[in-house]
Amino acid sequence: MTDVSAAEAPSDRRSKMQVSDEVAIQITNMNKWYGDFHVLRDINLTVYRGERIVICGPSGSGKSTMIRCINRLEEHQKGTIEVEGIELTNDLKNIDRIRSEVGMCFQHFNLFPHLTILENCTLAPIWVRKVPKKEAEDTAMHFLEKVKIPDQAKKYPGQLSGGQQQRVAIARSLCMKPRIMLFDEPTSALDPEMIKEVLDTMIELAEEGMTMLCVTHEMGFAQAVANRVIFMDAGQIVEQNEPKEFFNNPQSERTQLFLSQILGH
Amino acid sequence: MTDRNFAYVRTEEAPRMPPPSDTHGPVHWLKENILSTMNDFSSPAKTVKSVVMMLLTVLSVLSAYAVISGMLTFLVVNGTFSIPEGVSGADACRENGGACWPFIAAKMRLMIYGAYPGEELWRVDVVYVLLAIGIAWVVWEKAPARGLVGALMLTAYPIVAFILLTGGALEGSWGAKGVWAVIGLALFGVGIAADKGVGGEALNAFSGAFKAIGGLLVGIVLVGAIFSIEFGLEPVRTSLWGGLLVTFVVALTGIVASLPLGIVLALGRRSQLPVVRMLSVIFIEFWRGVPLITVLFMSSVMLPFFLPPDTEFDKLLRALIGVALFSSAYMAEVVRGGLQAIGKGQYEGGMSLGLSYWQQMRLIILPQALVLVIPGIVNSFIALFKDTTLVLIIGLFDLLGAVQNQALKDPEWINPTAGTTGYIVVAFMFWVFCFGMSRYSQAMERKLYRGHKR
Ligand SMILES: Nc1ncnc2c1ncn2[C@@H]1O[C@H](COP(=O)(O)OP(=O)(O)OP(=O)(O)O)[C@@H](O)[C@H]1O
Ligand SMILES: [Mg+2]
Repeated sequence: MTDVSAAEAPSDRRSKMQVSDEVAIQITNMNKWYGDFHVLRDINLTVYRGERIVICGPSGSGKSTMIRCINRLEEHQKGTIEVEGIELTNDLKNIDRIRSEVGMCFQHFNLFPHLTILENCTLAPIWVRKVPKKEAEDTAMHFLEKVKIPDQAKKYPGQLSGGQQQRVAIARSLCMKPRIMLFDEPTSALDPEMIKEVLDTMIELAEEGMTMLCVTHEMGFAQAVANRVIFMDAGQIVEQNEPKEFFNNPQSERTQLFLSQILGH
Repeated sequence: MTDRNFAYVRTEEAPRMPPPSDTHGPVHWLKENILSTMNDFSSPAKTVKSVVMMLLTVLSVLSAYAVISGMLTFLVVNGTFSIPEGVSGADACRENGGACWPFIAAKMRLMIYGAYPGEELWRVDVVYVLLAIGIAWVVWEKAPARGLVGALMLTAYPIVAFILLTGGALEGSWGAKGVWAVIGLALFGVGIAADKGVGGEALNAFSGAFKAIGGLLVGIVLVGAIFSIEFGLEPVRTSLWGGLLVTFVVALTGIVASLPLGIVLALGRRSQLPVVRMLSVIFIEFWRGVPLITVLFMSSVMLPFFLPPDTEFDKLLRALIGVALFSSAYMAEVVRGGLQAIGKGQYEGGMSLGLSYWQQMRLIILPQALVLVIPGIVNSFIALFKDTTLVLIIGLFDLLGAVQNQALKDPEWINPTAGTTGYIVVAFMFWVFCFGMSRYSQAMERKLYRGHKR
């Protein structure tokens, strides 16, 4: 399957978001097994800088596994993954370099409960980027303001609501000034009224031109922000298209079934 | 206006009053905690229960009274506090039949310093005082520069204590030290070069290990060099050390060494590298499978057979090494329990930010895991503190040994109550230290937990 041409920019707000021809992530013939179980089969994906990609698909289809391969939280066994021109191999130095360029937000936030919000945000810049403490704190406050919770900086994660925690997690990733952001179901552990505040933060991020890969079932978000939607099933990329086409005119039967299930009721 | 009018405006303040007397004070306490179990006579079964509770209460009060009054009679009423003129101390104690306090007074020095020579006692005192100041400083939350003092207590203090207690000026060839220093520096250099990419990927992966081992070697040589400086102190052989001094030296060495060693072993046991994991498992299971008495006995009796005949290897030092390795195996399992309680998400959070393995451990995993297992860690410390009494079997006289095998063997003080008095005092001293550790750990636990629990 060929990539959807991102150049023929759709109307409305998405037109402001530019997609360049620079390749950010290149996945070629990637395969992964858990023991004998072939969980990812022949994945090919090129992500250009500035793209906002939404990945959806039924539970267990390998969405999490695929995006976790991109920053080596999972190891692939065949094929290649190149991130920012660096190939992911067993070389620890490369892995660390890629991880510091790729931010990730998890379903359960994974904040560090023993550190304050501010310390959560400054930890990696100080220890990985070797930024002076003062500067790291200024950066952290900047991003906490951006996600609209600067007044919680001195609190601990356990004292915040779920939506606030997820926004802290986003700010924490942004403090590393990543070039790519991965989201693995960032809103699926949240109550409905908190989902919006997190999605708003993500939309803002997209408008600033961040390259984003987002596993989510928030189809409204996909339609508003994504320039490409990828549908996975049983470890394969089954269909990908520009959102309008994807939702209005799905090609594969499996996509149609999936969409009818999540949009149908 | 209807007859149902809900509207209401308060016109006068309700007065603030003390709580009714039956919700506080000693009478309430009695009712809540004691009387409430025995005032129900509403059915035969409940009556029986109430009566049984009454009997049990009376019985416990009586037995508490018996124990306390017995203790007081022995320790105070019949106790001997001074020796009348013309009578020996032993006879005076025999006469009164109670606690023999003059015996304790006469043997106090033995209990605190062992046979440490009289003119040099100030050195032990300095070590004790520095220890007390250091611990108080670190424990007191408002003290300035606690971190610095804590670091000094773990690095400079042991060196100072060693020099003061032994006299320093160890023999040892400067040539050998030089050679080891050069080797250490060379390894360190290789590590730095490997970091920069010299020698390719294979070497690069081990750059940390090279730097660590090289740094460790240089550190050991440096400490060795400091130990061989001549300070003009009279050398005091460890065979003269005893009493509380030996208890402290053994316990504190064990405590200070076992925590870092235990952490390393626990991490090793969970390592992805099969060799590291296996070595850790073998080490832990070996030391956990052997009783401490056997460890001490082996170190003192068997080890000399395996060493060249003329090597002099201090008995106390051997016991210290044995105790440190033994307790680190236990500590490793305690720490591992804490590591297992930390979810995968914490590792992934750290990894996704680009933190290295050691940074994840040091900054994210261990701070949480160790707080979780503070009770277990202190439990090990307390057990270790009491286990130091076992050094008696290899002829080292700790606090208990000094009383049992030295003070009580003194013919001048043979009398029926000297032993009991001595054991009570020893038990009390052990209890004070252990109870102190226990209370401090509880306070620390509360403080550290508050940080991140709602
Ligand atoms: N550590 C593991 N070991 C073995 N199998 C695994 C492991 N992790 C995931 N799997 C399997 O791999 C498949 C893909 O899992 P993955 O978590 O990627 O699915 P997903 O698409 O993210 O699903 P969901 O929407 O439920 O999060 C599933 O069948 C799962 O059972
Ligand atoms: Mg998933």
